[in-house]
Amino acid sequence: MMEDRSRGEVWVFAEQEDGRLSDVPRELLGKGRALADRLGVPLAAVLMGDRVEGLAATLFAAGADKVHLVEDPALAVFRGKAYRHAFVRLIRDCAPQIVIFGATHMGRDLAPAVASELRCGLTADCTDLQIGDYVDPKTKEEFKNVLLQIRPAFGGNIIATIVNARNWPQMATVREGVMKPLDPQPGRTGELVRHAAGLDGVEIPVEVVEIIRRQSTVNLKGSRIIVCGGAGVGSKENFRLLHDLAAVLGGAVGGSRAAVDLGYCEHERQIGQTGVTVRPALMISCGVSGAVQHLAGMQDSAKIIAINTDRDAPIFKVAHYGIVGDLNVVVPKLIKAIKQKGA
Amino acid sequence: MATDTNKSGRSGGYTSVVCIKQVPDTKQVTGEAMKADGTINRAALPAIFNPEDRNALEAALSVRDRCGGKVIALAMGLPAACAILREALMCGADEAYLVTDRKAAGSDTLATSYILSQAVRRFNPDLVFCGRQAIDGDTAQTGPQIAEKLGYAAITYLEKLEMDGDWAIATRDIGTGIETDRVKLPALFTVTEKFGDLRPYEMRRVMKYKKAKAPVENGGAAPEGAAAIGQLSCDDIGCDPARCGFAGSPTSVHRIVSVVLAGGDYKEVAATDEGINGLIGELIADHTIG
Repeated sequence: MMEDRSRGEVWVFAEQEDGRLSDVPRELLGKGRALADRLGVPLAAVLMGDRVEGLAATLFAAGADKVHLVEDPALAVFRGKAYRHAFVRLIRDCAPQIVIFGATHMGRDLAPAVASELRCGLTADCTDLQIGDYVDPKTKEEFKNVLLQIRPAFGGNIIATIVNARNWPQMATVREGVMKPLDPQPGRTGELVRHAAGLDGVEIPVEVVEIIRRQSTVNLKGSRIIVCGGAGVGSKENFRLLHDLAAVLGGAVGGSRAAVDLGYCEHERQIGQTGVTVRPALMISCGVSGAVQHLAGMQDSAKIIAINTDRDAPIFKVAHYGIVGDLNVVVPKLIKAIKQKGA
Repeated sequence: MATDTNKSGRSGGYTSVVCIKQVPDTKQVTGEAMKADGTINRAALPAIFNPEDRNALEAALSVRDRCGGKVIALAMGLPAACAILREALMCGADEAYLVTDRKAAGSDTLATSYILSQAVRRFNPDLVFCGRQAIDGDTAQTGPQIAEKLGYAAITYLEKLEMDGDWAIATRDIGTGIETDRVKLPALFTVTEKFGDLRPYEMRRVMKYKKAKAPVENGGAAPEGAAAIGQLSCDDIGCDPARCGFAGSPTSVHRIVSVVLAGGDYKEVAATDEGINGLIGELIADHTIG
C-alpha cells in the first residue's frame, strides 16, 4: 500500500436529480453502515449539486455520520466532467478508504472516470460487499480488512470476488435494489462538511440542452407482489392475462429478458441482472425458464410460485411452490380462486 | 459526399475510431460450456463481435455517411480478434487495427483503457465510439476511462447523434429519462442498442476483405495488398509497461464461484381447481396476500 488509509472514512455517493434523492443512496448507506461499523470508521455521504443542502437530513436519517456537501451552480445538472473534477478533488483532500456508487446511469458514468483519473481499481455492479482479509497468491503479502467486491460475471454464470488491495481508495458500484436501506431514523443528525467544487477555470465541454423525464408507470421495486412473465407466455396478448392476475392481487407485472426481447412487455419491466433486482413478498413466475441472469434479480423474493410446462426448468430450483402446467390454464384458475376467497 | 455544403457536418468530415471487442457469447452458456468442476469452458463458447460494439460501429458509419471522413476499427486482444475486425471492414470501416501484445495480458478495465487510449491517440480522432458495455464483464467502464485519459468529453448511453461543425448534438438515456446534450469535440460516446443495428455486409467489401489479415496471422510478415489489418504492440503506441497487463491493473480476482442452483425443494401444486384453491388459501392464511 502506498500509504495507510485504514482509518479513512467509508463514502457513499448520494446521487440526486432535480434536488431529489432516489432510493439508491439510502440502499448504499445501509450497506455502507455495516462496512463502516466493521472497520470502526465514520460513514459519510457525498452530496453534490446546486442548493441541495436540504437533502442532508435524509442522509443522516439513513445512517450517514457525515455529509460532505459540494454545492456549485455548475453541478446543478449532472455533467460527467464537472462531477468528476469535484469528486477527485474531494477524494484527494479527505482520503477515504472506500467509495461506493450506485450502478445507475449516473454512477456508471462518474465512477469509472474518477477511478481513471485516480488510477485506482473499480469493480462494477457489485451484488455484495464485505470486509475481509486477502493474501496475494503470488507474493504471499497479506492485506487486512480489505473490501471484498462480489459480483456476477459472465452473464451471471459465475460470481467473482474482486479486491483492489494496493490502491486507495477501494471503489465499487453497487446494483440498484440489491442492498437494503436501514429504517429511517428521523432526527438522527451528523456532521455537515462543506467543500468547494474547485471548478473555476475548468472548461466543461458539455451543455445539457434538454431533459425529458420518463413518466414511469411501473414500480417493480416498490411492489409487494409481482407477476413475472417469460418467453413461455407465448405472445403479447397472453401477457394480458398476467396483468389481470396482477390487478386482482394489487401487484405489478414484470418480465424476463426473453419476454422483453420478444416484445411481450416494456424494457422498464425487465427483472434480472441487466434489469431491476426485486425482492417482493410474492413472486408469481409464469413461463419463465429461469436463466441465471434472471434468477439473480429475483431469487431473494420471500415466496416464489413458478408456473411452467417444463418440469426441468431451472426456475423450479428457486421456487417455493411449483405448478407444472400451462399458464393459460393455471393463471385463470388463480384469478378465480383469489376472487372467490376475497383476497 | 458533399461535405462542404452539408451544414450539419464540416469540411473534410470526421475521423472516428470505434473500439470493438471480441467476447465469448455468454448468452449461449449451456451444459456443454460448463466443465465438470463447474467452471466455464470458454473454448466451448462461440467468440462474437460484442453486441453493443456493433451499434457503436453503426454510429460511426452513420456519421461518415452524412458528413464524410473515415472510420477506423480498433480491437485489443488475441490474434483471433481479427475476425471481428474483418467483420468491421466488410460492414464499411475504412481501416482496422489490432493491439496485440503479451504485455497486455491480464489487463483490468484501467489498464485496458490506458492501452486503448494510447492506440486511439495515434489517430487523433474527432470522435471515439465504444459499445456501452461488453457482455463478458458488463462493466461499462472502459469507454468513460478512455475518454478521461484522452481528455475527451464523454457521453454515455448514446441513442442518437447529429453533428454541427465542431459540436455534436447527442441524445442519451439517463435512466430516469432522455437527455439532449451539446458536446464540444473531440468526444467519446458509449453506444447502446437503441442507436440501431449495424448494417449488413456489403458484397463488394466481403470480396475485398474476407482474407484481410494482420501480420500475426500471416507468420509475422506484412500481408500483401491493401486489404490488411494493422497491428500494434504496446511499444508501438508508447505504453508504459508499468501501466499495462497485470502490472497496471489495481484489481485482482480473489475467488470465483460458479453459480450452482441448489434446492429444487419446492412444494408441488396440482394445476387443478383444488390444488390452486389450496395454494391461495395457504397464501391468505400466512398473510402473503389479502
